[in-house]
Amino acid sequence: MSAEAHTSTEYIKHHLQNLTYGQHADGSWGIAQTAQEAKDMGFMAINLDTMGFSILLGAFFLFFFHKVAKSAATGVPGGLQNFVEWIVEFVDSSVKGSFTARNPMVAPLALTIFIWIFLMNLMDLVPIDWIPGLASAMGLPFMKIVASTDPNATFGMSLTVFALVIYYSIKMKGLGGFVGELTLQPFGKWGMPANLLLEGVNLIAKPVSLALRLFGNMYAGEMIFILIAIMFSGGAVLALTGGVLQWAWAVFHILIITLQAFIFMTLTIVYLDMAHQEHH
Amino acid sequence: MNINMTLIGQSITFAIFVWFCMKFVWPPIVSALETRKKQIADGLAAADRGKHELELAARRASETMHEAKLKAVDIIAQAEKRAIQIVEEAKGVAKDEGDRMIAAAKAEIGQESHRAREALRGEVAALVVAGAAKVLRREVDASAHAVLLDAIKNEL
Repeated sequence: MSAEAHTSTEYIKHHLQNLTYGQHADGSWGIAQTAQEAKDMGFMAINLDTMGFSILLGAFFLFFFHKVAKSAATGVPGGLQNFVEWIVEFVDSSVKGSFTARNPMVAPLALTIFIWIFLMNLMDLVPIDWIPGLASAMGLPFMKIVASTDPNATFGMSLTVFALVIYYSIKMKGLGGFVGELTLQPFGKWGMPANLLLEGVNLIAKPVSLALRLFGNMYAGEMIFILIAIMFSGGAVLALTGGVLQWAWAVFHILIITLQAFIFMTLTIVYLDMAHQEHH
Repeated sequence: MNINMTLIGQSITFAIFVWFCMKFVWPPIVSALETRKKQIADGLAAADRGKHELELAARRASETMHEAKLKAVDIIAQAEKRAIQIVEEAKGVAKDEGDRMIAAAKAEIGQESHRAREALRGEVAALVVAGAAKVLRREVDASAHAVLLDAIKNEL
């Protein structure tokens, strides 16, 4: 991890590489030791760090909330229950504000998205060399702890949401209604190719924008942390400046990670609401 | 930054998390919230009702107190009237009693004086007879003149 051993470029690249498990070029299975090896593994490979941290955080969230839910008392709530209820009410009011149809799945979906993304983003505030340093001491070449800086994670979520949007569009409007929505507006049936193009872009833009917005924000934030961390090896004055900058960026980043989680949740609710609505 | 199987793994993980949240996390918390909301609403309504009842009770209490006060004034007035009446009655009774006692005393005095007069009369008659007897020792025969002497005694 020490910056003296790497050039700045290597340091940055090292921090942006996932711990990938897959089939090497020679046919054996294992962890990719370099970025090139990871790239060569192609699609049949898995990012162990993204999966590990996201599952760990999601399990933590569900365990924590489930514990409160099991002992949820109707009397005077304790501190932990208050906290959980505060979040649940916040999500519930967001859903009630944007989602007009009735679907018992949307609110839990929104809650899961909000907390899970928030927790994944929160890992960004852990000083960036701690856990990768620990991992390299254990012999793992890479360790990227912020799962939401991995497009696999953000696209995984947004594509699931997209699948739900299509499922509910077809369920609510029928296959004909859904196809009609794609082809018969805004120009009527004689403008069908143009309609399909416009509505198709509109439809595809939903999951892409969801995933890329979150990924882009978190990736950029992580990049700035990395750049600030490079300053630590540039002498006392630069290191001190770096420390101040890191603190300032971390404080600002708290806002960003919450906002990104909230945006993802709200847009999911809005997209699902649109899927439930009849236009004709 | 390569797209790989992680994408599918993340989708599955996400779906499982959402399912778990929908099944085991969201419903109990929301139902607890709803129940508490209802309890609080009920409690507030009960408090309102209690307040209203308290107001009514206070009003009733003040009315009762007012009535009681009026009644008390009435009773006092009646009692005063009655007291005056009793005093008056007692005065009358006492006066009667006194009159009666005076009359009785007067009657007794009359009787006593009558008796004394009777006794005196007897004694005077005896004295007269004795005097006359001394004067008329020889000439008057008690037995011969008893009828006369008795007539004189009765006249005295």
